[in-house]
Amino acid sequence: MKKILFVEDNPNDLELALETLSQEVYADAIVIAKDGQHALDFLYGSGKHENREPGNPILIMLDIKLPKVDGLEVLRRVKADPVLKNIPIIMFTGSAEDSDLKTSYELGANAYVVKPIDFAKYAQALQSISNFWTKINEPPHDSEIVI
Amino acid sequence: MKSILLVEDNPNDIELALGALATETYAEDIIVAKDGQHALDFLYKSGPYAARESGNPILIMLDLKLPRVDGLEVLRRVKADPVLKHIPVVMFTGSGEESDLHTSYGLGVNAYVVKPVDFSEYAFALKMIGRFWTQINQAPPVLALGGGV
Repeated sequence: MKKILFVEDNPNDLELALETLSQEVYADAIVIAKDGQHALDFLYGSGKHENREPGNPILIMLDIKLPKVDGLEVLRRVKADPVLKNIPIIMFTGSAEDSDLKTSYELGANAYVVKPIDFAKYAQALQSISNFWTKINEPPHDSEIVI
Repeated sequence: MKSILLVEDNPNDIELALGALATETYAEDIIVAKDGQHALDFLYKSGPYAARESGNPILIMLDLKLPRVDGLEVLRRVKADPVLKHIPVVMFTGSGEESDLHTSYGLGVNAYVVKPVDFSEYAFALKMIGRFWTQINQAPPVLALGGGV
């Protein structure tokens, strides 16, 4: 079961992303988390995700500005966790700030994409992300996860 | 100057990669290194590259099986270097072995691509690598370079 974890609080961005990602079969499921805590709950199978099926997503798309726990903190926690750290994380953010870019790579982000403002370019970016990360990249295997 | 460092010893694979990457303007310059030592020389501006222009590539495409210094060792060295570690490294390899995949992610590789055997899939993979990593991904800031080393 190929899942993408999409962490985004902006409803417009969510709608666009879901539309684009569902055009082709990029993943069997797209899990949406609207804040950082929700994302961590999913990854750790805690809170309302306590009974979820085991297995890591093949990709985390992570906004930076998020309620409760922000994107950089989620990134920090995931990349510091021996079991979760290999999951590819793409920052997908409105921030083109050098400090966010630098901190993200420093913390181990696999890639950093600035959301284009132009609609067509935004859709193109999503398509390119999906193509590369769900069809071309070989995700890490879940061998360390003990069920 | 946006450059890609392609580390690959197989002449056919080099030709294919150059062909695919040149069909769209993914980078202004593609540097080909035919073994791991050559790649490290480029990155550290040593040996034949002692006098090259400063600046890091925006992407390293790295084969695993390479003469002299192999791909995993290049990856280990790059990701252990405080200045070079931010450069995105994509393994582009014939190996679908679990241990290579696992080791690569453990060493901090940004992505891992198994070269498709089918020609059109191979070309598609190259195109998608080029498109994502040179047009969509935002490369790390060059300020990490420490100026004109």
